[in-house]
This record gives sequence, structure tokens and C-alpha cells, in this order.
Amino acid sequence: MSRLQVELPGLSMKNPVMPASGCFGYGREFAPFYDLSTLGAAAVKGTTLEDRFGNPTPRVAETSSGMLNAIGLQNPGVEAVVAEELPWLGHYDLPIVVNLSGAEVEEYVQVAKCLNESEYVDALELNISCPNVKKGGLAFGQDPELAAALTKEVKQVTTLPVYVKLSPNVADVTEVALAVEKAGADGLSLINTLLGMRLDWRTGEPILANQAGGLSGPAVKPVAIRMIHQVRQVSNLPIIGMGGIETAEDVLEFMHAGANAVAVGTANFSNPFVCKEIIESLPTLLDEIGVHTISQLGRDEVQV
Amino acid sequence: MKQENMRVYSHRHIAEQTYELVLEGELASFLQAPGQFLHIKPPGGELLLRRPLSIAKAEPELKHCTVLYRVEGKGTQQLTALSPGDTLNVLGPMGNGFPIAEAQLGETALLTGGGIGVPPLYELGRQLKQKGLRVVSVLGFSDRQAVFYEEQFRELGEVFVATDDGSYGRKGFVTDVISQEALSFDWLFTCGPKPMLAALTEQHKAAKGYISLEERMGCGFGACLACVCEPLSPARAGQTFYKICKDGPVFPLREVKL
Ligand SMILES: Cc1cc2nc3c(=O)[nH]c(=O)nc-3n(C[C@H](O)[C@H](O)[C@H](O)COP(=O)(O)OP(=O)(O)OC[C@H]3O[C@@H](n4cnc5c(N)ncnc54)[C@H](O)[C@@H]3O)c2cc1C
Ligand SMILES: Cc1cc2nc3c(=O)[nH]c(=O)nc-3n(C[C@H](O)[C@H](O)[C@H](O)COP(=O)(O)O)c2cc1C
Ligand code: FES
Repeated sequence: MSRLQVELPGLSMKNPVMPASGCFGYGREFAPFYDLSTLGAAAVKGTTLEDRFGNPTPRVAETSSGMLNAIGLQNPGVEAVVAEELPWLGHYDLPIVVNLSGAEVEEYVQVAKCLNESEYVDALELNISCPNVKKGGLAFGQDPELAAALTKEVKQVTTLPVYVKLSPNVADVTEVALAVEKAGADGLSLINTLLGMRLDWRTGEPILANQAGGLSGPAVKPVAIRMIHQVRQVSNLPIIGMGGIETAEDVLEFMHAGANAVAVGTANFSNPFVCKEIIESLPTLLDEIGVHTISQLGRDEVQV
Repeated sequence: MKQENMRVYSHRHIAEQTYELVLEGELASFLQAPGQFLHIKPPGGELLLRRPLSIAKAEPELKHCTVLYRVEGKGTQQLTALSPGDTLNVLGPMGNGFPIAEAQLGETALLTGGGIGVPPLYELGRQLKQKGLRVVSVLGFSDRQAVFYEEQFRELGEVFVATDDGSYGRKGFVTDVISQEALSFDWLFTCGPKPMLAALTEQHKAAKGYISLEERMGCGFGACLACVCEPLSPARAGQTFYKICKDGPVFPLREVKL
């Protein structure tokens, strides 16, 4: 077995690195830069039942060591994703995680049902943490009971492993983590973006048309590490860790904190080669710390 | 599209807060059309996103390409520190530029630009002139200090300059100049702030031509959906929206909602 191989429910990954949902489209834009089969897996853009245009522009604003986005889950709707996008990406040798979202439980359920029909989907990632939509999204991620109920409903209609993507916009992330674990989640993804806002200093007007948006990038990395570490104290569920990863060193830091695999988001924008470069750097880094296989990293089992 | 550490060949101040930066590298041989842009990593290191700057002049035989930029915030401020020999991380060329295949010898092209919308029109004008078109430029700036490249545009043909405050050239907007001079043309090419693009489109309801749009970008290559705009009618096969970075920044007149 390769030293970078990691095994997660539904995801047999040749290395622990995947691009994060919303930062990779469906892969088409990255194909000119490198062979997508290099990736451990790919998480594709948040999918809803109907197509969505998303929020008005401007949709992004830079911040110190980070960025705010309020894309608003623009996507062509699950049918088009299943018919056109997944078969394309499915030609590459990599597991596909489809991120899904909805305004109500019923919408998540419908989307999950459609995705269950696609041969190209290897796992679902429930986005209960999107700060950029008026209904649903974050509301589920901030209430352990709602999150658990949603997880249960989705689990009932799919044979695919379900990862629940947690929001950092909560007082205690472990409450939601434990609630969805009990409800049958197969894994956790964390963190989604932190709610933030920026104003133009001249006019006092918000820079984003949506006013507020989600903060991502290196600025959120310590928050992500802390939350993954916290969740790892109480749960043995596999964790896909994300938030500000830019380098192979960051990946190892996330794995030490308790992540079993990682996702790279914002860093893809300024350096489209970043995932490939990270993957290539991992073996040397492992040598440096005297670790043979990357899956050895991380904490021992929690006694629960 | 390529990522390259391009070398600064020359760098000079050309107007208030405005600079001409000539970059040297392989990437300069890949430019396909005027109106494409470079996505430049601010050299200071701490800024996360690249900055889009239009290609103002392409000299593939010298492996040179020129950008003209105005200092707006931290990213462009960091560029001002560059000296010849320094390197700059560039992704490009990005986007679709102005298609000029249909423009014919002997036709007249009207280039209209406002402020930092002027740069891409320069390379466009050079190529149109080379094709044998008559090039007329109407350039709008905020005031006298902001005016740049007037001489260079004059080498391409007739030039009218307008300033918002009347401190140089005509007082008013580019649309005012066009109507005062009753300028006629076969092709309209324009780049600048949205209100200017909207006013021009309104003024020339039947004109043939292209506009270049600006929007805040995340990636610049179509992955993040930061830069979308709405088509007026679903013009291109299967698309319900356009990405300005990838489908644009240049669009035919009346193809997108302004
Ligand atoms: C296709 C295209 C071509 C352009 N060509 C030129 C050019 O040739 N010359 C030139 O001077 N300027 C050009 N601009 C505008 C230029 O990109 C911005 O002025 C620049 O990004 C500002 O960066 P900053 O860090 O100095 O300002 P800040 O305000 O600190 O930037 C903060 C963030 O907002 C973004 N931003 C701010 N203003 C704009 C804007 N007008 N358009 C897009 N993003 C913006 C920045 O990229 C950055 O992500 C172009 C923009 C686009 C979209
Ligand atoms: C432009 C943009 C779009 C995003 N879209 C989604 C999305 O559709 N679904 C989702 O669960 N997360 C989305 N995210 C969150 C990322 O997947 C990731 O959790 C977060 O950005 C933190 O990682 P990073 O700092 O590496 O970007 C988006 C992030 C960005 C920057
Ligand atoms: S800037 Fe990312 S899609 Fe256009």
C-alpha cells in the first residue's frame, strides 16, 4: 500500500488530499493544470434540487490572510449535475464526494435520492453550514436536534456514506458532532466558513452585495485545528479536515489534530496547482518526521 | 493558460497613481487576443488573491507584455515597489478577448474607455490599425492628472479626451463627446465602469461591437463563481449565466445585463 493511502467510508484515497466543495467547480477548470487522477478525491460544488443563480455580485472580498465569499450556492441543480458533470469527472480515477444543500429537510432528501442513482458518487457531504443562503443551510448546522433529524432522514434514502459538514459558527461544535454521529453519520467534514463582513471604509457600504459572507483561507486555520481537535476528543468518526490549508505542512498539522483526510479550498484560487504540489511534497515531509505511512498520524481511539 | 514568474523589464510612472509595467517571459507568446488579462499575485506575499490586469500591449517577438495599472488598494500599491529584474508571479493569459476577425480593412473602429478601462483598448487599437481599420479613440478620465497614453493612442488615429471635471480635453463623459462630434463608426469597442457601458449601449442601440466587463474575482479561471453575470437572452448554447473571467471579460454588445 502506498504510504499516502487513507481509507475512509466510501473513499479509498491514494492520498489524503481533496479539493474542497465550492473551490473546484466540477473539476473542469483544473483539468488543464494537472491530471485530476492525482487527487485523493474531489468534493464538488454544493448541489441543490433546482438550479440556483446565487447571490448578486460582488460575491468575494479579500480580508487579511483570507477572503469572504457569498456565492449563494450557485449550481445547475442535481439533475444536471448527475447528467452532465459527474460523468465527466467520473472518468478520472478518483472518488467523488458530492456536497448537497437544501432549504428544507425534504430538499436534502430529494437531492440525496437523485445522487443515489448516480454510479459516480462515492459519498455525500451534507452542507448544514452554508452561511450564504437565506433558508436552510446554516440553520441546520447550529441546532444539534435539527442536524440529527436531517442526518437520519438522509441516511434513510441513501446507501452512500454520509459526511456531515459542520459549521464553526456555533458555541460548541462537539454538540452537533455528537448529535449527527448518533443519528448515523458516517463521517464529519469541518470546518465550513466563518460568518464575516467587510465595509468600504470610504462609504460604509458592505463590499459584498449579500452584506455578510463566509470567511475562508489561512485566517481560519487555527479555528479549524481547534475544532477538529475538540471533536476528536469525543468522537471516533472519520474527519475530513479543512480551513486554510495551503501547504503539506498544514496537512500534517490537520492530521495531528485528528483529521483522517483533508480538503483544500481557497488556496486553489491563487495557485491552481496547489493540491498537486501538496501531494508531491507529502512523502518528503513524512521522511522528515520519521513517519512511514500517513495514516499512522493522528490520535489514538477515543474511549467512548 | 500558464503560471510563470515573469521578469520585470521596465516600470515607470505615467500619470497620477498610474504605472506602466512591462513584463518579460514565455507567457507573452501565449496571448491570443487583445482584451485578455493577466492574473497577478501581489508581490508582498500576504495578500491572498490575484489581481486582474488587462494586457495593454503584447510583443510576442520580444516576449514582452505590458500592463498599465492605477493604484487602488494594497495589491496595486505593492506593485509600485517592483524594479527591473524583479519577478512577479503571473497566471495567464486569462479570458476571451475582443474578436477582431470580422473587422474589415477600411472600416472605422471607435474605441471608448474610461479610466482603468483604457489599457486593453491600446493593444486592440494596434491590432485593428494593422488590419487596416481607421481607429478613433474617445478616452475618459477623472481629471488632467489621470490622463495617460494619449500620445500612444494618437499614433493609432484620432483621439478625443474627456475629463469629468473639464480640467483637460472636453468636460463630460465619453458619450457626450461621441454625440457632440457626431462620430460614426462600423465597430464599437469599449471597456470601463458599468454605468459607462450602459450609457454607450443605450446611445448606440444598433451598433456592432464588444464590451469588456469588470468584476471582483476569486480565481480568474472559472472555478469559484465569484464573477458571474446574466445573459440578456440565452445566447450561447446551454448557458444560463456567464463567468466574466472565463466566458468574458469581453462580450458582444447587448449580450449581458449591465
Ligand atoms: C478583467 C479586468 C481587467 C482589469 N484591467 C485593469 C487594468 O488594465 N488596469 C488597472 O489599473 N486595473 C484593471 N482592473 C482593475 C484591477 O483589477 C483592480 O483595480 C485591482 O484588482 C485592485 O486591487 P488592489 O489590491 O489595489 O485594491 P483593493 O481594493 O485593496 O482590492 C481588494 C480586492 O478587490 C478586488 N478589486 C478591487 N477593485 C476591483 C476592480 N475594479 N475590478 C476587479 N476587482 C477589483 C481586488 O482584486 C482584490 O481582490 C481590471 C479588472 C478586471 C476584472
Ligand atoms: C468560493 C467558495 C465557495 C464555497 N462553496 C461551498 C459549497 O458549495 N458547499 C460547502 O459545503 N462549502 C463551500 N465552501 C467552503 C469550503 O468548502 C471550505 O469548507 C472552506 O472554504 C474552508 O476551507 P479553505 O479555508 O481551505 O477555503 C466554499 C468556500 C469558498 C471560498
Ligand atoms: S473569478 Fe472565479 S469563476 Fe470567475
